[in-house]
Amino acid sequence: MAATARQRTGWTTANIVAIVLALIPVVWILSLSFKTPGSITDPTFFPTHWTWSNYSGILTSSTFLRPLLNSIGIGLISTLIAVALASMAAYAVARLTFPGKQVLIGVSLLIAMFPPIALATPLFNIERVLGLFNSWPGLIIPYVATGLPLGIYTLSAFFREIPWELEKAAKVDGATPAQAFLRVIAPLAAPGMVTTAILVFLFCWNEFLLAITLTATTTARTAPAAMAFFTGNSQFAVPTGSISAAAVIITIPIIIFVLFFQRRIVAGLTAGAVKG
Amino acid sequence: MTTTTPVTTQEPAAKGRRRARLSEGARAERRLGWLLCAPAVIVMIAVTAYPIGYAVFLSFERYIMSAPQLTKFVGFSNYGAILTSPFWWRALWVTIVITAVSVSIEFVLGMLVALLMYRTIWGRGAVRTTLLIPYGIVTVAAAFSWLYAWTPSTGYLSAAFGNAAPLVSQWQAIGVIILAEIWKTTPFMALLLMAGLSLVPEDLLKAAKVDGASAWQRFIRVMLPLMKPAILVALLFRTLDAFRIFDNIFILTSGNNGTGSVSILTYDNLFTALNLGLGSALSVLILICVAIIAVVFIKIFGTAAPGTDLRR
Repeated sequence: MAATARQRTGWTTANIVAIVLALIPVVWILSLSFKTPGSITDPTFFPTHWTWSNYSGILTSSTFLRPLLNSIGIGLISTLIAVALASMAAYAVARLTFPGKQVLIGVSLLIAMFPPIALATPLFNIERVLGLFNSWPGLIIPYVATGLPLGIYTLSAFFREIPWELEKAAKVDGATPAQAFLRVIAPLAAPGMVTTAILVFLFCWNEFLLAITLTATTTARTAPAAMAFFTGNSQFAVPTGSISAAAVIITIPIIIFVLFFQRRIVAGLTAGAVKG
Repeated sequence: MTTTTPVTTQEPAAKGRRRARLSEGARAERRLGWLLCAPAVIVMIAVTAYPIGYAVFLSFERYIMSAPQLTKFVGFSNYGAILTSPFWWRALWVTIVITAVSVSIEFVLGMLVALLMYRTIWGRGAVRTTLLIPYGIVTVAAAFSWLYAWTPSTGYLSAAFGNAAPLVSQWQAIGVIILAEIWKTTPFMALLLMAGLSLVPEDLLKAAKVDGASAWQRFIRVMLPLMKPAILVALLFRTLDAFRIFDNIFILTSGNNGTGSVSILTYDNLFTALNLGLGSALSVLILICVAIIAVVFIKIFGTAAPGTDLRR
């Protein structure tokens, strides 16, 4: 496409505007997290007095460290289980003919669109009775269930693209079924599974409603839920600095994912949605 | 499983022996399919279908956690209490306004961003990477950023508008909530729409251009109709997602000053009134609303239910 100089300037300006708008709130919370308690009530965009104390404050207190650990642990375990179960189901959906396949897809879509608040009230009571309330499994189980539809949906879109004849070809060439799977199919399926794992992890990392409903203390409360209930050192101190620092810390993994897996995330998000 | 599956009818001329063997294979395939799906289905049923059923049951009970001895079957009275309560109708109205306004604005902005990402040559990667940050960022973290930006004597936005305090007035607060929602989810809309744009054949656009169609005409007459399936799926996803809005409101206003959505109302009912019966009835009503939205999209707009394309 032959772009004139004027067109190019137009596109460039539009790009810059989009980037700036997308980043301003992130830069603002970053800037707040470096403001000293004295200057936090001064509404300048960038800090005039810099400090690390907000970070050292929350990173030495169990009110944030424990929830951070919970977030990582619950997120990773839920992701592993959800991707493992979703891979099996997605393989079946992509490769096998069996009655009930449409029902499975329909049901998982229903669940994906489900308002979590509709689950919160009954799950709260069920978990209280079963003793799962305020425990890791108490969050992992609902996260696996709500992550599964996303997983099945994305993975079956990826699995349909795999040239499965290669498996047969490898067997003809003398590979055992295990070799054919491990050397040929697994490497082809891995990118889709990594992408799905990222999306499911982001979902668990982000989840808030069930995290505040099904937990009560730092035993199982995840980082976003814990920071929403931060209190200042005294009842008169607003914990703006600590909350901002916590917000920055839980954003770091997302920035890393985005920088390293940008293409994968885009592919995963659009995989099932727009095909056909 | 006494009848033969119709799956094997692809070879009508096959001999009986061969058909029997094929259906044996088909049966094994069925079994494997069910076996592979079973764990996922069991987890999904245990965590969603069962609680929903339980919620329906509880919604007919008077069940207050602080007074469990008073628990008894009360029929539709929980529903009656909700449907005659101004709080429910206000929360529903707030939710509908937030959903309708944010999804419409996101659609326009998302389309612009999608065109930008699709057409731009320089800096395409930079734009895509940056836009994924609002998509990926924890909603609560972003909501705090907006909260502090609009807090008088702390926030740059509040200062820019003469120390404004929009979060304490109903409609201004809803405006801020919508702004936070749009910022967070426009990238998602844009990515889905961009995938739709890639379905529009370049030749068709060139042909339209040669025929003298202006850029606007090409967009309206060629691109939009071809993108319709992608657009409807994106709108359906986002509408249902916006309808369950909770995180942004919880952080920005806690639902004060008449800014609570139906999700906030249900949460408050659970944790302040400790009323499981009413809470369950609210859950059921929200599910009914979601079902209505989905049906409207699928029947009236003719959205192919996302996922039906998985049929081979």
